[in-house]
Amino acid sequence: MAAQAKRVPLPAILLANDLLDGDVVFASADAAGPLAWTRDPALALVANDDAAAEQLEGFAAAELRGNKVVDAYLVDIAIESGSPVPRHFRERFKTLGPSNRPDLGKQAGEGIASAPKG
Amino acid sequence: MYRYDEFDERFVRERVAQFTDQVARRLDGSLTEDEFKPLRLKNGVYLQLHAYMLRIAVPYGTLNSRQLRQLALIGERYDRGYGHFTTRQNLQFNWPKLRDVPAILGLLADVEMHCIQTSGNCIRNVTADHFAGVAQDEIEDPRPTAELIRQWSSAHPEFSYLPRKFKIAVTGAEADRAVIKAHDIGLRLRRHPDTHETCYEISVGGGLGRTPMIGKVVRDYLPKKDLLAYLEAIMRVYNLEGRRDNKYKARVKILVHEIGAEEFTRRVEAEFALLDGPSINADPEEAARIAAYFAPPRYETLPAVSNTLEAAKAANPAFARWVEVNTAPHKVPGYAALTISLKPIGQAPGDATSEQMRLVADLAERYSFDELRVTHAQNLVLPHVRQRDLFAIWHQLGEAGLASANVGLVTDIISCPGLDYCALATARSIPIAQAIQSRFADEARQREIGPLGIKISGCINACGHHHVGHIGILGLEKRGIESYQITLGGDDTENAAIGEILGPGLAAEEVPDAIERIVSVYLAARSEGESFIDNVRRIGLAPFKAAFQETARAAA
Repeated sequence: MAAQAKRVPLPAILLANDLLDGDVVFASADAAGPLAWTRDPALALVANDDAAAEQLEGFAAAELRGNKVVDAYLVDIAIESGSPVPRHFRERFKTLGPSNRPDLGKQAGEGIASAPKG
Repeated sequence: MYRYDEFDERFVRERVAQFTDQVARRLDGSLTEDEFKPLRLKNGVYLQLHAYMLRIAVPYGTLNSRQLRQLALIGERYDRGYGHFTTRQNLQFNWPKLRDVPAILGLLADVEMHCIQTSGNCIRNVTADHFAGVAQDEIEDPRPTAELIRQWSSAHPEFSYLPRKFKIAVTGAEADRAVIKAHDIGLRLRRHPDTHETCYEISVGGGLGRTPMIGKVVRDYLPKKDLLAYLEAIMRVYNLEGRRDNKYKARVKILVHEIGAEEFTRRVEAEFALLDGPSINADPEEAARIAAYFAPPRYETLPAVSNTLEAAKAANPAFARWVEVNTAPHKVPGYAALTISLKPIGQAPGDATSEQMRLVADLAERYSFDELRVTHAQNLVLPHVRQRDLFAIWHQLGEAGLASANVGLVTDIISCPGLDYCALATARSIPIAQAIQSRFADEARQREIGPLGIKISGCINACGHHHVGHIGILGLEKRGIESYQITLGGDDTENAAIGEILGPGLAAEEVPDAIERIVSVYLAARSEGESFIDNVRRIGLAPFKAAFQETARAAA
């Protein structure tokens, strides 16, 4: 990602595609725990201030270097029903899946631990 | 159809091994993404919104049943049970995992297929008339030419790092069904008026995207034997003089436009004169060897009109309408070229499930000499069907949801994947296509409207060919929402034309109304038997613009 580029407005989350699978992943963290990737957008860590955004940017750079993910970038979000939702429609589709195929992607529970199975 | 020889086989297998190694080195970190990206693109692997995407070359749109079954298997085993046929006659899988791509390429090689040069700044998969070899208006089958170009351009060392991608299309017919005027190079086989020898008319500098252009003819009659040397001369002029400083001005159409077709032609002819033709052109024996693969199948001697077909049509009006709309005349009596619509109402244009692919493969094997075609309009074709078999085919297609009688009609919409899948898209395309299809779902009304091509692109790159749609729709972003620009008067045939913008962009939900108004103007103004595009040409854009403005005003 272009760390020098103008940062998106906060609050923001970090998303990327998993190198191996291509799946959309989000930077996440337990309370005070290390950052890790999750496939569940509801679990994305929300950066509300510059320090948190810098932490996400640092994680993105390290994970790109470490060949874990590709196309990592910050996305500005709003909190809706307690979960982060990208403000731009492009990234909203990225957190859901193809709008013409509600049976596919995250909207169908793919990669989301809390989703009902079957 | 063409079969790999030992060299083709080895080339494709070696490429699988190379790419397998490149993937392994990417995964172990030996290759960075910047290093890997051009390698994966040369092998058809993109990164899209939700996943990787794999684009598989279907050379000049020709497949056999074994190949289509293998695509069905790949879709099931490594994807989500469906694939998407594209405007370049290729197939895209939307969900492959990078780790699985080497295995997929191995399965493709097993059936003489690959993904080589389906992306990147190289000569892409060559496309052709989907009725090649069967069309009544054909002078000569374009597939031997397309195959020759495929072999010449595959891993051509001089043309592997062009300023930008390069697309070639070939037709051998009077009617252009291959959109040759919207390609970097368009080839049309034609007879010389004096010698009656088959020659090529060569157009250069067509293309869509952000700067749409209609190709300019640079040679009226090129002897067939000189083809590769002449192509090499064109590619050399482009490779040397095409812009590399700005990717938006790097296509050959910009070079042709900037220096003018005359000057471009002069430079090509000068280069051509310097080239050692015999060392570049195909050996006549090799050209004949390739052409022999495209010899016509063993047709039966049949009456021109099948009584069985006529009886079935008389007994079943729905079948009769499907035959009327979806079949094209065949050069051999008693046969028809059948287009299977991949545009059932409400489905993503060009999508087919693995089950549907298997059914079509079975039908091709049983009824069409084991051959089928992919069209640039995102449909499939069984090119050699006995007329008397059409009823049985229709029944089987109907059971699989593939018997829509809408080929060439308002619901036979070309659509790119748009923002539902594509990382480059600025707006969605598929839901727009679905909404228009739903609005015009009534088959009687579709036939009443007649031939009408709607083409939708989800960004300015124009994979959905919107510029040459009779009605074109371009999805853009405007102030944070999806907005759709409507163009009118485009044409993708031998009368190629770029459509003109009708007015301001519309919100997604306003698009069907706008199409409705445009169609209403046509229905009110047309003369007896006048098609939509002929009507637009005759009465001009003004009445359509006025009706369109009403939609825009109503929405404002």
